[in-house]
Amino acid sequence: MNDQTIETPGKHLLRCGPGEDILDLDRHLATGGFEAVKKALDMQPDAVREEVKKGNLRGRGGAGFPAGVKWGFIPADNPKPRYLLVNADEGEPGTFKDRYFLEHDPFPLLEGIIISAYAIGANTSYIYVRGEFVKQIRILEDCIAQLYKSGYLGEKVLGRDYKLDIYVHPGAGAYICGEESALMESIEGKPGRPRNRPPFPAVVGLFGCPTIINNVETMACVSLVFRHGAEKFVQMGLEKDGGPKIYCLSGHLKKPGLYEAPMGTNLKTLIYDYAGGTLDDRPIKGVIPGGSSTPVLTADEIDISMDFSSLAAAGTMLGSGATIVFTEGTCPVAVLKRISQFYAHESCGQCTPCRSGTGWLSRIVDSIESGNGRAGDCDLLLDAAGNISGNTICALGDAAAMPVTSFVTKFRDEFERHIAEGRCPYGN
Amino acid sequence: MTLAFTAESEEKFKALLGRYPNRQAALIPTLVIADREFGYLSREVMEYVAERLDLPKTYVLNTATFYTLLHKQPVGRYHVQVCVNVSCYLNGADHIADHLKRKLGIGFGEITEDGLFSLEGVQCLASCGTAPAIQVNDDYHENMTPEKADQLIDSLRQAGGGQ
Ligand SMILES: Cc1cc2nc3c(=O)[nH]c(=O)nc-3n(C[C@H](O)[C@H](O)[C@H](O)COP(=O)(O)O)c2cc1C
Repeated sequence: MNDQTIETPGKHLLRCGPGEDILDLDRHLATGGFEAVKKALDMQPDAVREEVKKGNLRGRGGAGFPAGVKWGFIPADNPKPRYLLVNADEGEPGTFKDRYFLEHDPFPLLEGIIISAYAIGANTSYIYVRGEFVKQIRILEDCIAQLYKSGYLGEKVLGRDYKLDIYVHPGAGAYICGEESALMESIEGKPGRPRNRPPFPAVVGLFGCPTIINNVETMACVSLVFRHGAEKFVQMGLEKDGGPKIYCLSGHLKKPGLYEAPMGTNLKTLIYDYAGGTLDDRPIKGVIPGGSSTPVLTADEIDISMDFSSLAAAGTMLGSGATIVFTEGTCPVAVLKRISQFYAHESCGQCTPCRSGTGWLSRIVDSIESGNGRAGDCDLLLDAAGNISGNTICALGDAAAMPVTSFVTKFRDEFERHIAEGRCPYGN
Repeated sequence: MTLAFTAESEEKFKALLGRYPNRQAALIPTLVIADREFGYLSREVMEYVAERLDLPKTYVLNTATFYTLLHKQPVGRYHVQVCVNVSCYLNGADHIADHLKRKLGIGFGEITEDGLFSLEGVQCLASCGTAPAIQVNDDYHENMTPEKADQLIDSLRQAGGGQ
């Protein structure tokens, strides 16, 4: 099942190579496992949060929000139970990293959950795993069971006066449920329709209680912060954007796969040194840097540091670190068509601009690709995308609009050529 | 009502109830168990789940219809799902899809006459580094080629007792 390339130069996050896994608690303990948890549980919860803040750990789920800062949003005087939700929905096209932890190495993830739950004062954590991951759910549940058996979870975590239960909650096929408030609706047994904010989840979240939502990789990073200390964690990445990062490299590459590298590694290094360059050494045409929703970069824009701030400055996003490369000879309209179909399919239908707009975008791109585009369609696309952005409850609307705006702007001559010739010049 | 979970599913169902502060929250995991146990979520199955969780039928229906993995129609014994999203597309997913359509003699959303196979185009399976990918029931099959697809279908056909 796993013959993908997993390179582990640093061995901090991706410590298991291809075909390897650590699914047995004793083996994990033999690697120094749970020392990080012991260290954290010996500190006051506030001090744990401060340490994570010092590590400048930015959330790995897409938005890059500083983890320790988010944890601080829980009102201290709220007497209700608190929840930690771990986002393992892994739905953004191009992303296949969280799967590594579920499948090959769940214990660092579980360590991070224990530490984070302790820091925010939660006694229950749910891991929301996309429903397709049937095997991964079984593996994860088995590892959790091992932790209960050995006293790492339950009434007294590691013999301390701290209770924690971790449960796996399966999704059932809906990309939108990766959005944090839809995820909460889904756990509550409802369709995954995002909630209006405020109130923010840290104040009114799951079951009306204060809730923190973090990504799987973020949790694994929390465990690293305590394994090595915040200072060392920062040194593994950038000053304001600490730690290592798992980059998901896919598309027209010689060695696609997961690669761990310091946060802020150059995109060209990732493509040419890590992933071995492009198939048949073809020139690059475009790179989607952070998942299919993030604005595309053209070949002359890829000499760039892959971190949250640098990509934002370049008008795009690190997102989930899911880098999709396509080479010359690829029709950009065809690529956008797949992307637009996806967001139209996954709109929850709650907000009119997204419900109608995503379908509209998808149909126009489709008609251009199939040779039925009309003069003015490019402006129509830009206009329609602009009318979705910022006008919806959640960011799915923006996720649908950003690729359209960037593809049409950066490959406009190719879109126009489809329209003028009444066919796809690539013969699609 | 004649439907009932097997002992194994019943045990899983009971375990679920202890995990949440209310019964609604157990709904999706229970529907996942029911979908697996009964093959798909017929009206009767959804009513059974509603009864077991003491929820209104419309509540169950409203939730079930939102999620693509909760099947409202029968699927084949082997439900073949082909990812058609970007990274798989770039690596030849359409060829795999066409190949499977020809081989099985059905299109997306259809089921073979003997009920053995159904075929569906699906969105990103999180297998972009091992594209193109397909999922058959619980199992992922990655780095697909037409040859690998042939072997897979042939072996499933044998295992499933078809010709
Ligand atoms: C439409 C949509 C889909 C999302 N899907 C995911 C997902 O699959 N996994 C994930 O971790 N975050 C996803 N997010 C981001 C979450 O809303 C949230 O920001 C994240 O889980 C927070 O974790 P972090 O702070 O550790 O990054 C999605 C957001 C949107 C708007």
